[in-house]
Amino acid sequence: MDVIYSSRPLWAVLVSMIAAFLILATGEKNRNIRESWTIMAALAKFLIVLSMVPVILQGKVIEYTIVTFYPGLLLQFRIDAFGMLFGVIASSLWILTSFYSIGYVRGLNEHAQTRYFFAFAMCLSSTIGIAFSANLLTFLVFYEILTIATYPLVIHSESKEGIMAGRKYLAYTLTAGCVLLFAIAAIYYMTGTLDFKAGGFIAGSGSSAVLIMLFAMLIMGFGVKAGLMPMHEWLPSAMVAPTPVSALLHAVAVVKAGVFGCLRVILYVFGPGLLHDLGIWLIMAYIASFTIIVAGFLALGQDHLKRRLAFSTINNLAMIILGAALLTKSSMTGGIIHMANHAFMKITLFFCAGALHVKVHKDYVSQLDGIGRQMPLTMGAFAIAAIGLSGIPPMSGFISKWFLCLGALEANQIIFLFVLMTSAMLDVAFFFPIIYNSFFKKPLDDVTPHFDEAPMFMVIPLVITALLSIVFGIVPDAFFRFFSLTSLAVQNIMGVG
Amino acid sequence: MAEQFAALIIVVPLISSLLVPVIGWGQKKLCYPWVVAVLVVPLICSLGILNTVLTTGKFSYRLGGWAPPWGIEYAIDHLNAFVLVIVSFISLMVAIHSKKSVEKELSEKTVPFYTLFLLLVTGLLGIVITGDAFNLFVFLEIASLSCYALIAIGEEGAPIAAFNYIIIGTIGACFYLLGVGYLYIATGSLNMADLANILPDLYHSKVILVAFAFFTVGIAIKGGLFPLHTWLPDAYCTAPSAVSSLIAPLMTKVAAYVMIRLMFTVFQPHFSVEIVPVFAILGWLSVFAIFWGGIKALAQTDIKRMLVYVLVAEVGYIVIGVSVANRVGLTGAILHIMNDAVMMTCLFLVVGAILYKTGTREIHQFRHLNKKMPFTMAAFTITALSMCGIPPACGFFSKWYLIQGTIEAGQWVWAAALLCSSLINAVLFFRVIECAYLKPMEPAYAHNAGETHGEILRDEAPFTMLVPIVIMAAGVIFLGIFSGKIISSVIQFAVPASF
Repeated sequence: MDVIYSSRPLWAVLVSMIAAFLILATGEKNRNIRESWTIMAALAKFLIVLSMVPVILQGKVIEYTIVTFYPGLLLQFRIDAFGMLFGVIASSLWILTSFYSIGYVRGLNEHAQTRYFFAFAMCLSSTIGIAFSANLLTFLVFYEILTIATYPLVIHSESKEGIMAGRKYLAYTLTAGCVLLFAIAAIYYMTGTLDFKAGGFIAGSGSSAVLIMLFAMLIMGFGVKAGLMPMHEWLPSAMVAPTPVSALLHAVAVVKAGVFGCLRVILYVFGPGLLHDLGIWLIMAYIASFTIIVAGFLALGQDHLKRRLAFSTINNLAMIILGAALLTKSSMTGGIIHMANHAFMKITLFFCAGALHVKVHKDYVSQLDGIGRQMPLTMGAFAIAAIGLSGIPPMSGFISKWFLCLGALEANQIIFLFVLMTSAMLDVAFFFPIIYNSFFKKPLDDVTPHFDEAPMFMVIPLVITALLSIVFGIVPDAFFRFFSLTSLAVQNIMGVG
Repeated sequence: MAEQFAALIIVVPLISSLLVPVIGWGQKKLCYPWVVAVLVVPLICSLGILNTVLTTGKFSYRLGGWAPPWGIEYAIDHLNAFVLVIVSFISLMVAIHSKKSVEKELSEKTVPFYTLFLLLVTGLLGIVITGDAFNLFVFLEIASLSCYALIAIGEEGAPIAAFNYIIIGTIGACFYLLGVGYLYIATGSLNMADLANILPDLYHSKVILVAFAFFTVGIAIKGGLFPLHTWLPDAYCTAPSAVSSLIAPLMTKVAAYVMIRLMFTVFQPHFSVEIVPVFAILGWLSVFAIFWGGIKALAQTDIKRMLVYVLVAEVGYIVIGVSVANRVGLTGAILHIMNDAVMMTCLFLVVGAILYKTGTREIHQFRHLNKKMPFTMAAFTITALSMCGIPPACGFFSKWYLIQGTIEAGQWVWAAALLCSSLINAVLFFRVIECAYLKPMEPAYAHNAGETHGEILRDEAPFTMLVPIVIMAAGVIFLGIFSGKIISSVIQFAVPASF
């Protein structure tokens, strides 16, 4: 494989970190200048990331070494197709979220906006660091930075509820960090290397009991952020954060970092071959299926819209992990492409929830009767994304579900096909009442009967993401080449395994 | 000039400390600039020494030209050159920071304070630089005695704490001296390098075993290792801010250095590992130290007392690194000597600044400190994150190497203790961060701020305090990022070659 040495990965990470400090230095008094840093950093980051896509699609990797601690122990970026995919998702959605955030925090006249934008930029910086990391140590470093950078956003309201959610969040994620640190140190001791390698690098370096234990620890460590049950509890609580945070971080960046970590472990540390030999792929798949079904049922019971979306997130993240755990070509394709598809659809749903919160101060599903007449764009986007997540064509959710189902069949595990079908039906069950009520029920008294939308800063981003999820359903390879990146990543993994 | 650095690093602060009363007699105000100026000399000397060691390898300096093993020899290798830089740098930072807090807390006692301060630094530097077991005792007593006096001039309760410390500390020093005496009886030598040559033939002698036991207990007392730490919390907590910021980071680290020196240079590693099961004992004691320190820290409402208990746990970290007795663990221990010294200094300096500005050390009264003292609190937050082991701050990297060491030694419980400790630290420090950054304002407090809208005015620590704090906080980040460089250029040579 050709390796290109370039400092562009570093700049992609640094640009928002620099912006974060500029934001801090600019402060509350010059709001427009402060926001312009965010927008500029978001655009710059996106362009840097996008500029590397063609190179990756040629089958090359881009590498940059930050520091070497010891031979085999170094902070290094290496962009492969899988990392690129995550990088493009996170950086493209950050632009939309930045505009949306501005609308949101100004619409609600939020306090501590500087801290908010500072932490947001830091989060994105570490997310891209995670996407581009070449080895487990680099991954862990950025993963921990992400943990801390998200904390100020979770406790943003500074209410008792927010502070408690922050504590819970830290308790879960910092413990996970400790488990990861131990597992990674043990892997380094056993193999002398931590570099991700398509198809795994750890095979044969220890007895199967040790390997299974390490696998469990790594999945536990990353599974916390991925909301894998029973370690998901922090995610619904963290919905107390402002909606743009829930949208980008709790639907895209943070939780996807967890999923990304799980997939890296499954496909790049252990590899399909080894997991087959150890026989733990099936257990992994069952755990993921359990999460899928239970989260679906729990979502049914939530009246708070964002909590319902949070459980839907948990459900979808587990679906991605299921795809990887089934270890077949189609299931991996489905899982990996679902990272992108889910990101665009779920961020749309959260954007809609935020728009409702800002415009009509409604947070509960039961308050949404007839709201579609006042806010048709918002609720229309919501409907598109919700239908998509249920796996109905032509939305992009269909593509991922199709491949996942194919994968279940390829793996000769018909039961997972039923899991996916049940999940789709649950999706319908908890999303369609919202769509129905908002458009077809008689409006509640406090709903303005004519067109009165949320600020344009918020509506335009959510319309764009909704349209994109249709486009990706019809042309999965449009604009960002998600499908090519996915197939390339799967090819690399299967080529070795 | 350069070859005299090894002597100057001791002589200059020693003589200057005796000059402090002379200067203070005429003009009290001159003491501070004098001390700061004097402490620049050891820093330059130690950097010169480190440079020499890095370019030409280890060397020795014969005091008065007397040849060892009869004369006193300063034996300098990578390990003590490294620790010398830490000690001299931190004492300079603390000295710069001390101006306002000494004026406020010890206005009547400025002159004796600075005299003792320099003596203490002399003692610490001497312990590190000397290559003579008895000379080490002399410096240990210089440091300890000035330490007792410095603690005793602290707040209410300090004399009693100092008295406790004198009694236990003297026992520790006696034990060390007895150990030296036994070694002298058995070998007829006091020079460490000489002892290291003679001792292997005598490893099974009872005298040597007893001497080793005396050394271990004596140093454990001085370093505050559980369960011999009982003097430490009161003494370090009641001492004046400037004193605790110096002794809390340095005294324990210097004791850890002495432990490494005795166990791996004077005695061969295989003696300390195979003949006496000392590391098994020390390692398990450290596990208790980590938990005990952590749990006691959780119970404190006074931030300084909390930090002191955290320090007890941190000593456990270093001793675990020593006790795993392998290369990577010891690398972690030596790295943590530096990292912890920097982190602890930063935290104690921040506490000193907060005490100076607000007059309180109670955590629940820290409300809105982020608005009043943004830079100080930012430094505190960075260091706190480092204590929790968040990369890229330096705490993460010492944790990484220490855990590697425990894995290599197969000590899973020790590894678990290290991991739990960083979680306990997270609870401890996020509690403080929550109080300072988040809790909603109380009406009474808003009234005190004198603003109708309850706006909190910035009231940052004075410049002399802020500069060392910011430097230390920056150090926490940079030492983390460059830890690989530090290990490859210094620490890997400081670890005994026999590993």
